[in-house]
Formats: sequence, structure tokens, C-alpha cells
Amino acid sequence: MTSATSRSESNAGPTPHPASPSQPGARPKPAPPAGTPVRVTGAQSLVRSLEAVGAEVVFGIPGGTILPAYDPLLDSTKVRHVLVRHEQGAGHAATGYAQATGKVGVCMATSGPGATNLVTPLADANMDSVPLVAITGQQTRALIGTDAFQEADICGITMPITKHNFLVTDPADIPRVIAEAFHLASSGRPGPVLVDIPKDVLQEATSFAWPPEMHLPGYRPTLRPHGKQVREAARLIANSRRPVLYVGGGVLKAQASEQLRELAELTGIPVVTTLMARGAFPDSHSQHLGMPGMHGSVAAVAAMQRADLLVALGARFDDRVTGRLDSFAPDATVVHADIDPAEISKNRKADVPIVGDCAEIIGELIAAVKAETDGTAKPDLAAWWTQIDSWRRTFPAGYEWPADGALSPQYVIERIGALAGPDAIYTAGVGQHQMWAAQFIGYEKPRTWINSGGLGTMGFAVPAAMGAQFACPDKQVWAIDGDGCFQMTNQELATCAIEGAPIKVAVINNGNLGMVRQWQNLFYAERYSNTDLGTHKHRIPDFTLLAESLGCAGLRCETKEEVDDVIRRAMDINDRPVVIDFVVGKDAQVWPMVAAGTSNDEIMAARGIRPLFDDDEVAP
Amino acid sequence: MSNHTLSVLVENVPGVLARVSGLFSRRGFNIESLAVGPTENPEVSRMTIVVAVEELPLEQVTKQLNKLVNVIKIVELDPASSVQRELLLVKVRADATVRSQVLETVQLFRAKVVDVSPEALTIEATGTSDKIGALLRMLEPYGVRELVQSGMVAVGRGARSITATSTR
Repeated sequence: MTSATSRSESNAGPTPHPASPSQPGARPKPAPPAGTPVRVTGAQSLVRSLEAVGAEVVFGIPGGTILPAYDPLLDSTKVRHVLVRHEQGAGHAATGYAQATGKVGVCMATSGPGATNLVTPLADANMDSVPLVAITGQQTRALIGTDAFQEADICGITMPITKHNFLVTDPADIPRVIAEAFHLASSGRPGPVLVDIPKDVLQEATSFAWPPEMHLPGYRPTLRPHGKQVREAARLIANSRRPVLYVGGGVLKAQASEQLRELAELTGIPVVTTLMARGAFPDSHSQHLGMPGMHGSVAAVAAMQRADLLVALGARFDDRVTGRLDSFAPDATVVHADIDPAEISKNRKADVPIVGDCAEIIGELIAAVKAETDGTAKPDLAAWWTQIDSWRRTFPAGYEWPADGALSPQYVIERIGALAGPDAIYTAGVGQHQMWAAQFIGYEKPRTWINSGGLGTMGFAVPAAMGAQFACPDKQVWAIDGDGCFQMTNQELATCAIEGAPIKVAVINNGNLGMVRQWQNLFYAERYSNTDLGTHKHRIPDFTLLAESLGCAGLRCETKEEVDDVIRRAMDINDRPVVIDFVVGKDAQVWPMVAAGTSNDEIMAARGIRPLFDDDEVAP
Repeated sequence: MSNHTLSVLVENVPGVLARVSGLFSRRGFNIESLAVGPTENPEVSRMTIVVAVEELPLEQVTKQLNKLVNVIKIVELDPASSVQRELLLVKVRADATVRSQVLETVQLFRAKVVDVSPEALTIEATGTSDKIGALLRMLEPYGVRELVQSGMVAVGRGARSITATSTR
């Protein structure tokens, strides 16, 4: 393979142009009229490109090879750099920022270990389709491939976990590559894009002009759905008797919540929102059945199993939703709408595939359903709703207070949701606390629930909350975290304290890796191998002291009576982050549950309680 | 499982082969053969990939390939309506006692002798996998000393062509 031909108009040589402000610390000159090339260094070109593309916040850590980029960054009045404590924090913060706003999150790191520390957040963003741009320094061009100091082939490493990545070998390409990176990250199915820039490319003189011409001949995302497919879906909807709207994160990405509500109310069809879609449809809405899947509500799981029509909108039939695939929703005809054609029929064969942007698809579906039903008649779903309501009545969301009298983690999370309300943003790590936060907080608005769905990244909550707080300085941001997760990334609280992100962290401290312990309890004969973290037994670390040392307020709560008071105290502290150590019982478990690899028909509402679907009267 | 021949137009940029081959391995698709080279357009390379999969996984292969930003276009070539060729270089033991028999086989298959030594002949042959296989079966009794084969390249029959520009 020969190398790419340079598509730049520039004739950059190795010596800086006399007029270029290349000396360190020089302030960039006022921007000339758009399109006129100016002489700059590669680093200045990078910062100007970031400014031009509208990046407002960059999370990162400098180091040897990315150093040239940090010099002009010091002078930028448009791009704010937040100095984090670990590159993983930079990546998750960029994700939190992106998920809270829909804008592209940006993170920056040096070559080698700096870049490899971004691997986890990039994989995380790839699984959850988060628009992210990561900029990494690289060893100088002459040293690439020689195992030079802090050299890592980050493009090779991140190839399978990014939407795309670039190694920039000519400084003249920087504006085009940055423009393409942001375009790729934010359009179509969003995802992370990495831009790797060798140090000498950042140092070399070049020219900068904006806007550059993008060259992406192989990238043409389909946004407008096929009319015939939409009409076929509308016909199925109008004739269905047991339909379900299966709503995934794509609806949030497409900002289609309003349209979704209109479609749901127009048709009267019940709605389930996946872990990635919590907030896409109001929890308080009477048509909302809750979350489907392994820890979904009985009504949501049962409705999908018994459905005659599933309308999947921006969802991907993940194994955590479907359970055993061959027994998932056996009677359902499937309409699958997604912007990524590769998701359609990947796991479950779609009877009616619709490729396009969810906002466009739902908008056209509304019109098509109106046309199909003459704008008046809804599908007759009375019997279906009777059935669903009986599931809802018999198996409501709930929990039992721990037998040993310890504080209930579900209660704590429920109270945080009640007191902080639907305008707050909630992030979570991964495990029991994440599932309880998905189940017991009422989400009413899009982009108020930010979590690591696909990759299941422990340690996500604190840095993601930090990113969300920088994106939404006027909102209250709560990180619902576990004591295991919290010990992975809590160093970013120092960043929060110093850079002014007064997040609230609720450590749901059960002294254990709770979800793993739950599985050991259920499937490994209660043999608790390496799940006791000692955070109860030894109180190591003492989370309140740890919080104080990181510049945060540290609070502790051990009884039910204190819960509301301590949450209110945390809400009153806004000059620094707050950490609350909620010392909760270790035996609480997440229910309902479909054991991994089993059929959704085997859902257990609680330990030993299996809703007997087989005896149910299924609506005609 | 059946073999499918995919003709994939890609941007001629560094790393594109790694992107394509990495995609196949991480998604568990098996490449039977892969050939890559330049096209009439210097900015575009063409890969001919033979993959052994059923219809449904084949749909996944092409959809996932299409998601690669550097992939411009994918066309499945039907064996009946395309010309498919492989190149074979084989070194066969052929001393004076059997040389004439080997040369006869070479002629029958319209292959070519490209190197001669007292003990061996090196033979060049192009053709479909079937023809190459048949030739090899004929040569094997004499003793194959060394063998190298290219991946398959293929082009559709008729006047129509696959170009990168037609999709823009």
C-alpha cells in the first residue's frame, strides 16, 4: 500500500516562516478572513482547528510528545483545558461532557502510556456510541517503529475500538483531519475518533486555513428512511394487538424524545427504555413499563416476551436485553429502526428494517400511522393493557429492607432521586448501584442519566460526572458510585475540587464488589472469593477522610433516619465537591433478574418468585 | 458454508489492509484468500476477498466492511458472471527421465516453464482455483519442491465496471 497523496494546498517546508508566531508563548494574531491561509506551527494549527470546530473544553494531561500542542493551548481563549489526574479520567470526562450535551467530547494525552490509558474510555465510548475525539502525541516521524521512548502504536491498538483513527504525517493535513474527526465522531452512528500526531508534525511550520475540504469518499451515513419501509411499519403498528416500543440509546442520540412521545401517545403502545435510553421517555408516563433486560421490570420483560410486534428504535438487541436469543420475544414481528445498517438483523432478524436517523424515522412513522388509521382510530390495545397492568400490579418495582437492619442501598438511591429531582444529572459506575440507580431514580428528561452500558466500565461515575458538570455548570450532578468503582478513579475529585466542578458523589458502600458477590451468592454456592474490599471491616480507606484530603466535603450516613438530612446537606454545599459514604448492607441484591444465558421467560421477580407466564391469559 | 467473492474498493491510504483484516479476525469471519493492488484510479485500491460464510453472516461481513471509513464500495462477484483467476508458481522435481512428461502436463494446462535446472522445473500457471488444483494434482507424483500461490483476483464480465466514482 502506498501512502496517501497529500490533498493540501500548502507547501510547508521545514523552516518556520519569518512572520509566523512560532516562538513559545506568542499570542496568536487575530484570525484573518475565513479561508485565507496563515503561517503557523502544526501545534497552532491544531489549537486553531479545535477553536474553529467549536471545542470548548479539553480534558487531558501533557507529556513529552504532546508538549508542543500545550504551548498554544495556554493562549487560547476559546478552548478551556482541564488538567486531569489520569488519562482514563480525561476520556470518561469527555464522555460525560458529550452525553450531557450531545456535543463532541475532547480528550488529549501524550504518546505511549498516556495514549494507552485512553484505551478503556475509547472502548467504552465505542460501545455506547459516544461522540469523542481523542488527540494523542506520537514520537517524531523518524522514530516511529523503532521502539522509541514512550512509543506505542496507538492507531493499531485502537483500531478495533474506535469509529476511525488517523495518524497525521503532514502538518498541512491537521485542519482537514480535525474537521473530519469531529464530523465522523458526531454524525451517523456517533463514536470515538482518535487523532495521533507526531511531535515533529506539531513543531513543523505549515499553513492554516478554515474551513478545510473534507475528503471522506467512503463515508455516507443514511439519515432519511425508506418511505416504503416506514409505511410497512405503520401498517404493522395499526394492525398489532400486543405491540411494544423498544427504545434504545439511539433515540437520545437523535434527540427524538419529543417525537417518541408523540408516536407513543398517538398509538397508545407501551414503551420500554433500555439502560442507555433511560430518560428518553418520562418514567412518570402511564405508558412507560420501565427498563427491559436482565434487571428490567417484570412488566417490561414480560411485555416483550409476549409481544406480537416489537418496534425497536435505536436499540441493538444486546444480550443483556434479549437473554437467550432463541427464546426472545418468540411471537413478535420485528420492526428495527437504526442509523447503523450493521445493527439490523445482527442478532435478531428484522422483518421490517429501517435505516436512518431516529428523529426522521419516528417523524415519518407518525405521519404514516396517521395516514394508515385516518388520523382517528388507534390500534385496539385494551386487552393488552389489561394484561400489562396485571403484571405491573402484581410485580411492581420494589425491594425488601435488609434482614439484618442495615441501611438499604435501594432506599438511599431512591431518596437521592426524590430529593435531587428530575433536573439533576445522574452518573453511575457499574454493578449493583448502577442497576438500582437505573431502577429507583425517576428519569423524566433526556441526558439526565449517564452510565457505562455496553462496556460496563467500573470507575466511570466520578470522571463522567466531572465532565457533565463542566458541560452543565448550573445543574446538580450526582455520581452514584460503588465502593469498588469509587476506588478506581476517585483521584479525579482533586481535579473537580481545583477546577471547580462541585459534583456530589454518593458512595453506596457495601464493603464488597457487590454484583460479583451477588453472583457468588446465587451461582457459586455462597463462596465469596475475593469480593470483600475491607471497606466495612477495616474502614480502609475512610471515604470521608479521603474526600477531605482531595479537597471535598466528606459526609457519612449509616442509618435510615440520617439519609434525607445528609442528602440535603450535600445539596447545600456548592463551593466544592461532596462525597457521602453511605454505609449500606452487603446482602442486598438486584431484582428482578434473568440469569445470564437463560430465557427471559425465566425472569425472577425476586429470589424464588417466578412470575408464571405460562398460566397467564395472553391477550388475543 | 460456501465461498463468496467480494470486490472491495478502498482508499489507497496507510493502514487500510490492517483495518480490513482486523475486522475479519475480530468478528470471527474466515478469509479464504485476499489479494490487493492498485486500480485505474491511483487514490483507490481494490481488494478481492474470498470468504467462506453463509448468506446471513455474509450480510454482516459486508455491512461491517461498509462501516470502515476507508471502504468506498463493495460488490459481490458471482462466479458465473465474472472472471476469477489465481497465479501459481510451483517448483517440480524433473530430471531427464521425467522432464518430457512434466512438460507435456505443462502444455496441456497451458502453463509456462519460467525456470529450468537439471533437477527441477519452475512452472507458472494462471486460472481458476479448479484449474490450479487440477494441475497440482497432476504434478504432485513428480514431487513438488516448493509452491506459492496468489490470492484470487476477479472482475465482472461485460462492459459494466465497478468504480469508486460511480457512487458519489
